[in-house]
Amino acid sequence: MELPADVKKRLTLPFEEHFYAGHTACQGCGASLGLRYVLKAYGGKAIFTIPACCSTIIAGPWPYTALNAPLFHTAFETTGAVISGIEAALKAKGYKVKGEDGIMVIGWAGDGGTADIGLQALSGFLERGHDALYIMYDNEAYMNTGIQRSSSTPYGAWTTNTPGGKKHFLEQRPKKKVIDIVIAHKPAYAATASIAYPEDFMRKLKKAQTIKGPSFIQLFAPCPTGWRSPTDKTIELARLAVQTAYFPLFEYENGKYKINMPSPNKEPKPLEEYLKLQGRFKYMTKEDMEILQEWVLKEWEELKKKAELFG
Amino acid sequence: MPKKVVSGNYAAAYAAKHARVEVVAAYPITPQTSIIEKIAEFIANGEVENLQYVPVESEHSAMAACIGASATGARAFTATSAQGLALMHEMLHWAAGARLPIVMVDVNRAMAPPWSVWDDQTDSLAQRDTGWLQFYAENNQEVYDGVLMAFKIGEHEKVNLPVMVVESAFILSHTYDVVDMPEQEEIDEFLPPRKPLYTLTDFENPFSVGALGTPADYYEFRYKIAKAMEEAKKVIKEVGKEYGERFGRDYSQMIELYKTDDAEIVFMGMGSLMGTVKEAVDLLRKEGYKVGAAKVRWFRPFPKEELYELAKNVEGIAVLDRNFSFGQEGILFNEAKGVLYNTDAKPIMKNYIVGIGGRDLTVNDVKAIAKNMKEIIQKGKLDREIEWYHLKR
Ligand SMILES: Cc1ncc(C[n+]2csc(CCOP(=O)(O)OP(=O)(O)O)c2C)c(N)n1
Ligand code: SF4
Repeated sequence: MELPADVKKRLTLPFEEHFYAGHTACQGCGASLGLRYVLKAYGGKAIFTIPACCSTIIAGPWPYTALNAPLFHTAFETTGAVISGIEAALKAKGYKVKGEDGIMVIGWAGDGGTADIGLQALSGFLERGHDALYIMYDNEAYMNTGIQRSSSTPYGAWTTNTPGGKKHFLEQRPKKKVIDIVIAHKPAYAATASIAYPEDFMRKLKKAQTIKGPSFIQLFAPCPTGWRSPTDKTIELARLAVQTAYFPLFEYENGKYKINMPSPNKEPKPLEEYLKLQGRFKYMTKEDMEILQEWVLKEWEELKKKAELFG
Repeated sequence: MPKKVVSGNYAAAYAAKHARVEVVAAYPITPQTSIIEKIAEFIANGEVENLQYVPVESEHSAMAACIGASATGARAFTATSAQGLALMHEMLHWAAGARLPIVMVDVNRAMAPPWSVWDDQTDSLAQRDTGWLQFYAENNQEVYDGVLMAFKIGEHEKVNLPVMVVESAFILSHTYDVVDMPEQEEIDEFLPPRKPLYTLTDFENPFSVGALGTPADYYEFRYKIAKAMEEAKKVIKEVGKEYGERFGRDYSQMIELYKTDDAEIVFMGMGSLMGTVKEAVDLLRKEGYKVGAAKVRWFRPFPKEELYELAKNVEGIAVLDRNFSFGQEGILFNEAKGVLYNTDAKPIMKNYIVGIGGRDLTVNDVKAIAKNMKEIIQKGKLDREIEWYHLKR
């Protein structure tokens, strides 16, 4: 479809689609939206590696693919290693990697494949300094195997292996701050992003293209199926997560932190607004909610301090 | 032809260099380490061009990185041993399933516990069903030749499968011997640059590798690997013959036969222990024993037809296994018996478990085994099917 010139001018995201219709994500899937933006950002000149996760399914069964880009499906814990190998091979063969006209090597993995089983390979990838981009789409649980907790699942969330019941057995541990672990490696570039703010995400994807060395983006991607949320609330949830400072947007580059607007510039919205839209938090007591709210504000203060000290 | 006095590990490293590998991703483990150290030295000294070395954080990642590299079209190499190979196991399936002709040297080492760094074939044989071709080297020369042939065989358009070249811990890995290495130009003629089945750099025709295979298709994917393994037999023989014609060492037989023409008893085994066996065969022949040796070079694909031809004409086969499948028997014995079941070749077969965990197998041991076999054949009856030969009583 050709758009009128004035409409095209107003578009802030590339018009071209490289994510085909016919993919098999659930209705309202945040991850699939994220993948669509990544494909738009690199115009199809990217090589993808996807480990076991929802995106394995989203991309479609053989002989189909929903991605207009070469895609290597790999084992759950290997994203960091496989993209290292791809990058090494491209260099050995004399291809241009990254930059405006270079090839982007992209790992696209869930929070489980990143924060848990794949953490070692991620660490190796970051520490060795490969020219590739690792994107963790964070839907805060193992969705592909039927909604089990990951270390990125927040306190108080229901999952099938942290169910709510008579003895009140819910996730008891706070969300692991994977991005902090990543930053401890002093990568070339690290950032958080949200599918509710595609322009911000797109800018970060473009930045990763120009920076030498390993980049990492943690993308907040709600999952209506796993979060027990209405399928038309995905964007709203992703926006509320930022506005409540539950998932603030920021960048780390050259040792410097920068909080990105639309993160709250005054008081964050109350967390309850975010929680009440999701069935996964329905077992939480008032006290549980306070514990989570307190954690959010504490983490937010900490981030602001980092941005102040290392801004 | 240049000769070098090198360890088995250095022979492997030189072969990788001469094969012009493009990506090496590896993780150290005794006794494999000196292979990857030597390759790092080649790079440090500027002896290789366009070789990317990825010092990964584990063997699992070593294989994953080789897989990424090979899928991008590069010639990829790694090496490991025992625990490292076991950690890689999942990714071995991946390499074969994605049809990537990665070459790996496994230095046969016993599995822990108890910790042992010595020779034992259980680590590599436990990878039997991963879809990798397996070549067992008897000496350093065969390590070198094996690696060069492995690339050519694995990369053959009818094969496209990964290949494991296996050498024994310390007996080969750290023992120096003379190795003939052809000139680089001759090797380049034998082994031209890789022509991959596919590469991830094909942006004109974007495709996915390894997507979900439903019951409607998965089956055929497996069949194709099975077929490629069968095809590999022909390719192995062709390449082995070509290698002989070019460099003077013929590998056209998947089972190397030594003095088996008129043999009544044949010792069958794999890897370095077959050197000892051949020496024992010479001595036993002087004592009037009609014995021979059958060295199984390729365990995968398994040389069924060659084994049948051999078994037709002998009375007894002593299968020497430096490995054991718990709850059953030696792995080579198990395979060999299975091959002959539906044939008319029915020699007496006995399984001798030898050399496990680096225990020495001496010429005298082989002589004793020959005596035992002779008695069995005379009686026409096995004393027992499996004998743990070195057991302290
Ligand atoms: C070694 C291994 N263990 C377990 C699994 C099963 N498995 C497949 S996907 C998955 C969860 C993926 O979760 P995540 O990375 O968060 O992605 P999501 O499914 O949420 O998109 C698990 C446990 C596997 N494929 N491999
Ligand atoms: S389960 Fe969640 S992440 Fe997975 S496809 Fe469905 S909506 Fe997307």
